Amino acid sequence: MKTCLVVDDSRVIRKVARKIVEDLGFACEEAQDGKMALDQCRKSMPDAILLDWNMPVMNGIDFLVTLRAEQNGKRPVVVFCTTENDMSHITQALRAGADEYVMKPFDGDIIGSKFAEAGLV
Amino acid sequence: MLSETKYKFLAAEVKKRSGLVLGPEKGYLIESRLAPLARAEGLAGPEAVVDAMMRGDQRLCAAASEALATHETFFFRDKTPFDLFSEVMAPALRQARGGRAFKIWCAAASTGQEPYSLAMLIREMSGMSASILATDMCAHVMEKAKAGLYSQFEVQRGLAIQRLVQHFDQSGDSWRVKPELREMIRFETGNLLEDFSRYGQLDIIFCRNVLIYFDVEAKAKILDRLAAQLAPDGYLVLGAAETVVGLTDSLKPVPGQRGLYVRNQTAAQGAPAAARAVA
Repeated sequence: MKTCLVVDDSRVIRKVARKIVEDLGFACEEAQDGKMALDQCRKSMPDAILLDWNMPVMNGIDFLVTLRAEQNGKRPVVVFCTTENDMSHITQALRAGADEYVMKPFDGDIIGSKFAEAGLV
Repeated sequence: MLSETKYKFLAAEVKKRSGLVLGPEKGYLIESRLAPLARAEGLAGPEAVVDAMMRGDQRLCAAASEALATHETFFFRDKTPFDLFSEVMAPALRQARGGRAFKIWCAAASTGQEPYSLAMLIREMSGMSASILATDMCAHVMEKAKAGLYSQFEVQRGLAIQRLVQHFDQSGDSWRVKPELREMIRFETGNLLEDFSRYGQLDIIFCRNVLIYFDVEAKAKILDRLAAQLAPDGYLVLGAAETVVGLTDSLKPVPGQRGLYVRNQTAAQGAPAAARAVA
């Protein structure tokens, strides 16, 4: 079973996202900021990461840059999922190594569509 | 709930104008589609709309037929037809036409996601040149398509983020297709029940997820008329739930390539060529 790490500081968003990725056939793990996500990735690298941008301790973009420099850090498919919905944030995320980008609000269809674009489902 | 007389009148009127078959199982559409129309017209409800239609209000007859059509679409819908375009149709036609631009027609193009998806693919292929005609019977739907302005929700269905960045400009909360893509497409209102000869000869016709709403007789006639507009080596693309089999001899499926049809040359030899004259 493929694994997906949901990284978001909102417990409600994590719960909604968990339901969606589990319905897509993933085993789901959660982290509430970039630092915790990085710790989890170092223990076990997931297949996919659904990543918020604005979080305390370590934000999504700093997490992504750090992750991509790690050993095996290029392997996970990273899908940003954020309220930052302007072109400059999107291009910044893509340059940092994001594979896909979801602008909140989202639903199951959008996550499914983006996961398909990224070759995950 | 409409009386049987009113339901029958509405169904007959809609079929005459758009070909759409409003069967008894489509009753839910009347409330969901005609209630907003009634509100916009200051009428009490769906029944009042039908009453006005029965009194001969032609404008309302047209508006109701448009409202009952389904415009559901999204970018790169069903994916396979677009892979077939890039991998089969476009390379074959590029070779056959010696680099000359070829003509694509998106019949029932709805809000434009299909023609824009094709325009993106064409822009992304080097040395490819094509013009796209997009038609739909609904004027307001064609207006939206022509504007090329899509909500955040619409650009996240079927569209890879790289393509959003490459082919769209942000406009407030919405996203607008770049001018170079919009310039590749001519948008016109057009009804599948009307004559196609003004469109000339087409190399590729996309006519997806619309024939499912027609009855067998109308399907067969439309398919024959589509075949008549198709270049001898052209392609017709239908929706996944649609086929030509059992409806016409003028087209045949391409084996192993779902949704793709070509002219049946053996059957076409004896067929009248009148419709091909206007190229």
